[in-house]
Amino acid sequence: MSMSPQEIFEVASPAVSDPDATDQHVEAGQPITRGRLILRRFLRQKSGIAALVVLVLIFLLAYFGPYLTHWKFDDFDQTNILTGPDSNHFLGVDEVGRDVYARTLKGLQKSLVIGLVAALVTTSIAAVAGSIAGYFGGFIDITVVWIIDLLLVLPGFLILAILSPALAGKTWLWLVVLLAVFGWMVTGRVVRGMAMSLRERDYVHAAKFMGVPALTIIRRHLLPNMASLLIVDVTINVGGTILAETGLSFFGFGVQPPDVSMGTVLSDAQPLATTYPHVFMFGAGLLVLTVLCVSVIGDALRDAIDPSSGSSRL
Amino acid sequence: MLKFIARRFVNYLILVFIATSLAYILGSLTLDPRARYEGRNPPISEASLHASLQERNADPSTPVLTRYGHWIGGVVHGDFGKQIVGDEEVSTEIKRRAGVSLRLLLLGTIFGAVGGVLIGVLGAVRQRKPADVASTVASYVLLASPTVVVIVVVQTIFVWIYHKGGPLIPATGEYNSNLQGIEFWTDRAKRLIMPTMVLALFGISFFSRYQRSAMLDVLGSDFLRTARAKGLTRQRALFKHGVRTALIPIVTFFAYSFGLLLTGATFTEKLFGWHGMGEYLINSVQSHDVNAVAAVACFTAVLVLFSGLLSDILYAALDPRVRSK
Repeated sequence: MSMSPQEIFEVASPAVSDPDATDQHVEAGQPITRGRLILRRFLRQKSGIAALVVLVLIFLLAYFGPYLTHWKFDDFDQTNILTGPDSNHFLGVDEVGRDVYARTLKGLQKSLVIGLVAALVTTSIAAVAGSIAGYFGGFIDITVVWIIDLLLVLPGFLILAILSPALAGKTWLWLVVLLAVFGWMVTGRVVRGMAMSLRERDYVHAAKFMGVPALTIIRRHLLPNMASLLIVDVTINVGGTILAETGLSFFGFGVQPPDVSMGTVLSDAQPLATTYPHVFMFGAGLLVLTVLCVSVIGDALRDAIDPSSGSSRL
Repeated sequence: MLKFIARRFVNYLILVFIATSLAYILGSLTLDPRARYEGRNPPISEASLHASLQERNADPSTPVLTRYGHWIGGVVHGDFGKQIVGDEEVSTEIKRRAGVSLRLLLLGTIFGAVGGVLIGVLGAVRQRKPADVASTVASYVLLASPTVVVIVVVQTIFVWIYHKGGPLIPATGEYNSNLQGIEFWTDRAKRLIMPTMVLALFGISFFSRYQRSAMLDVLGSDFLRTARAKGLTRQRALFKHGVRTALIPIVTFFAYSFGLLLTGATFTEKLFGWHGMGEYLINSVQSHDVNAVAAVACFTAVLVLFSGLLSDILYAALDPRVRSK
C-alpha cells in the first residue's frame, strides 16, 4: 500500500451509514421521526445528560453569576489585596486588588462565546471546502488537499502567534476568524472523504442527470447527509477552540486587554498559583469542567446519531 | 521501499520550504521591527536606524518580496540573519536552544507514546474494569485541560511532596550553574522530571485513547483466535499479533500529534523557565523579531515533517503490505 502525500494526516472517516436502520422500532403505527429517535438515544445516556446539565449551569453562572456581587471585573479593591474567599469577595482578591469571582466569570463569558462561534465557523469552512473538494475531484480536490497539508505542517498556534500583532486594537471577532481559518483541516479531510463516497450514490447521480447544478447538489444532498457528523464536529470543536484561545490569550496573542478571557485570567493568576491557589484554581477548574462537559456531550451525541460509531464502547 | 521513503522525503522538503516561506512573509507583514528602535531616549538617528534595519534585512521600506529573496538566499546557506535586538546571529541562538527543546520533546514523546500504548492496551484487555475506567476518566480530564493548568497542578503536587518531607525539586530553570560535578548532573536530572512529566501526561492521554480503541477492534478479530488455536498463550498472542496490528493506525496519529506536542512544549518551556525554541518563539513575537520567528517556524516545520517521515518508516516496519510494494 503506497501512501499518497495526502494520507499522512488521514483520520479514519466514519462510515456513512443509515442510522435509522439500526434500531427502528415503530410503536403502534406511529412512525418515529429521525430527530426524536436521536433525542431518545441521547437521553438514554446518563453521562451525556449529566454533562449537559453541568454545562447549562456553567452558562447560567457565567451570565447571571456576575449580578450576585457588586464588584465588577475591572474594579480595584486595594484594601484587600490577596485576601482569601469571604462573603465580600466570594473567591478572594488577586495581587492588584481585582475580584477573582467577577473577573473569572467575565473571562468565562468571552471564552464560551469565542468557543461557540469559532467552532461554528470552523465546521462551516470544513464542510464547504471538504464537500466541494470531494464532489468535484480533480484539480479542485488536489488544491484543497494541498492547502490542508500545508496548514497542517505548521502548528496553528505558531501561525496565530505570528499573526497576533495584526490583532492589536481589533475586535475579538478577528481572533474567531483566525482560529477557524487555521483549525478546519482535520474535519475538512473527513468531510472530503464522505463527500467522495456520497457522490457515487444513486440519488446524487439521479440529481446530476436531471441537470441539478453541482452547488445545489452539494447543498441539497451532500451536506444534509453529513449533518450528523457536522453537528458532532461543532460540539467537539467548541472544546478545542476554547483551549486554543486560552493558550493564545495566555501569552497575549489572543484576546487583547481590556477584554478578559480565560486565557488572560489564567495568565494573570499563574505566577501566584502555587502560593495563593485561590486566585488560580477556580478559573482553572471551571475551564476544565467546561471543556470536559463539551467533549462528553459530543461523545453522547455521536453515539445517539450513529450507534455503530466506536465511542459507544467507552 | 527506499524509493517510497525517498519520494516522501522530497515531498516533505517541498512542504518545509513553502511553510517556512509562508511564515516569513506573514511575519514580515504583521511584525514591526522598527518599533524596537523607536521611542528610545536619546532617540536613534534616522540614518543609523535605517542602517540597523538594513543590516538585519528588516527595513519596512524595502518590499516584502525583496526581503524574502534576500532571506531565502541566506537560509540556503544556513544563515538565518541577525536578531533584531543585539548583535547575535539567529543561528547561534538556535544552536544554543535547539538541544534544550529536543531533549524535552524526545523524552516527552518516548514516555508519552510508550506509556499511552501500554495503558491503552491494558484498558482494552480489561475493558470496563476499574483500571480501564480510571484511565479513561483521567485521560478525558487531561485532554480537557489547558497545558497551563496541568503544569500548575504538577507543580503543586511536587510542592506538597516537599512539605511532606520529600526531596526538593526546583520548579524553574534547566540547571544550576553554581553546582559542580556529580551534584550538577543529579540536580539537572531532577529538574528534568516535572517538564517531562507534563509532556508525557499529554502524550499518554492522547495515545491511550486511540490505542485502546484500535486494540478493541483487534481483540475480536479472527487472526487472534487463530493464534490462540494454534497454541499460543493469551499473552503471546496479544503481544505478537494483537498489539502489533493495533499499533498501525496509531503510527499515523503520531505525526499529527507532534504539532500539538510542540505547542505543549512551548508552555512547558516558558513556565518552567527553560530557554528552548518555544520560549524563543514567544519572546521573538513579543519583540517583533522577524528573523527569529521565521527560523523557529523552519525548525518546527522540519520537526513536524521529520515525525511524519518517522511515522512512514514505522508504518512500513509494522505493516508488511507497505514494504512489498
